[in-house]
Amino acid sequence: MTERPGETAGTVGGSKAAVPAPAQAHAHDHQSGACCGHSHGPSARPLDPAALIGARGLEIVRSGRTILSDVDLDIRPGEILTLIGPNGAGKTTLVRTLLGLERPDRGTVWKRPGLKVGYVPQRFDIDRALPMTVERFLSLGDGAKKSRIETVLEEVGASRVIAQQLGQLSGGELQRVVLARALLNDPELLVLDEPVRGVDYVGEAELYALIGRLRDRRGLGVLLISHDLHVVMAQSDRVVCLNRHVCCSGVPEAVAQHPEYTRLFGPEQARSFAVYQHHHDHRHDLAGETAPASPASPPSGDRNA
Amino acid sequence: MLELEPFLLRAIAASLALALVAAPLGSLVIWNRMAYFGETVSQASLIGIALGLFLGVDITGPVIFVTLVVAGLLILLSRQKIVPLDAILGLMHHGALALGVIATLSLRGPAVDLMSYLFGDIFAVTTTDLYWVYGGGALVLAILAWLWQPMLRLAVHEELAAAEGVNRDLVKAVFIVLLSLTIAIAIKIVGALLVIAFLIVPAVAARPFSSTPERMALLAALVAAASVVLGITLSLNFDVPGGPSIVLFMAVIAGFSVASAALRRNA
Repeated sequence: MTERPGETAGTVGGSKAAVPAPAQAHAHDHQSGACCGHSHGPSARPLDPAALIGARGLEIVRSGRTILSDVDLDIRPGEILTLIGPNGAGKTTLVRTLLGLERPDRGTVWKRPGLKVGYVPQRFDIDRALPMTVERFLSLGDGAKKSRIETVLEEVGASRVIAQQLGQLSGGELQRVVLARALLNDPELLVLDEPVRGVDYVGEAELYALIGRLRDRRGLGVLLISHDLHVVMAQSDRVVCLNRHVCCSGVPEAVAQHPEYTRLFGPEQARSFAVYQHHHDHRHDLAGETAPASPASPPSGDRNA
Repeated sequence: MLELEPFLLRAIAASLALALVAAPLGSLVIWNRMAYFGETVSQASLIGIALGLFLGVDITGPVIFVTLVVAGLLILLSRQKIVPLDAILGLMHHGALALGVIATLSLRGPAVDLMSYLFGDIFAVTTTDLYWVYGGGALVLAILAWLWQPMLRLAVHEELAAAEGVNRDLVKAVFIVLLSLTIAIAIKIVGALLVIAFLIVPAVAARPFSSTPERMALLAALVAAASVVLGITLSLNFDVPGGPSIVLFMAVIAGFSVASAALRRNA
């Protein structure tokens, strides 16, 4: 059972088949993000039974500072969810909490039982003091076979570095190798923390395209942290804008037009997203199609109504 | 010239065993950037020696106890961010050394041979010491072999390893206990000041010629073993202290090794 006891019943209900009525979806939308900057009080949203991983009412306090408060998040199979927000917004802390590396002071994290997560951490500084080839790195731990390693490296387009030392790879190559490691155990959820750090602009676009292809091919849920907004948002099905609480969330187009988003990132960023928007209308359609099953990202029609 | 008298056999047997144990452990110290940490902890062992002398017991137990306390203290102090870690290590390192020297000398009066505790006396190794070296060394190697994979994963990337399910606190704690145990074993042979050299210098020498972690550990063991033979020979022929002679050869080999890597890079 995925619901916590004592929750207000009604919005989605325990059964997966129940599609929320438009009025309810609207109310939901209001609560989860459209209204920004206000404290929502204790979270009462039931966990999403379709989600791979979900969080409710997360609060994290470190050294007297509230880093996250009342954060709700769901990631469903096959969706790319991008977490954006300014520096210090708590993005990495939220991800670390979802991964179980941080303990929340309040709230709960729920994982689908047996969920396999592939993680690509933010900073991957390889200490050259440790001699280690790519192949060896990929076999560390579970002892993956060479054929399997070759397959995964090919999938991320990094076959030719298999015999190289980790310390000699470029930023982009290293990211792909770490991504390959994350894919080795066939994860259902891929978590990438600012994967384009230290990667040039072309490499960045390629990496996001690769993540999109992986999602399509493997049906992965993807949680992506980024501060590089427009490229990421174009690839995303859903964007959550975080600034110690969830400021706004929804399909990329809706978030980009949101006043809170403009306030956080400035009108320039918002405009630069608009340039990209028409390129990716198909993504928008795709998101619209899957949206009815997902309360937190209603079709944009709903929003405009 | 070289007669294999019992004291000499014991010296060689103990140093070789130590070289073998120190190689993988020292490699891990280097990979985790803990050389200065190890140095600080090993010099604090002098306080353990003083404690052992005061209580009139074998120094092994007190040395393990004190090194663990100092390691714990270092980890605790490293959690604050106002003073950088290297400064904290400097503070502890010199503070521990000062306290250790004063304590050792004042407990038993000037008759105590402080030099032998600081630099060891490989030719004074007893049969009991040999049991300690081989028994303790085998235990350290066995645990290292058992936890080698998780330790490597933590050395590559701690966060990633933790996210993948490596119990980081446990593995790190075991590592520090192994370090402390090795220091306690080694201290009678090479002394509080040279222990850390046995750990890290051979690993440094091995790095430029290693493409895998295991090769680095193995090469480090070979460098250390060669240094033991050369150092003891030097010591016997020129009547110079054994421990420093061994460390000198380690350092010379490491110096040439790193220099050759630097030259290859520029070529």
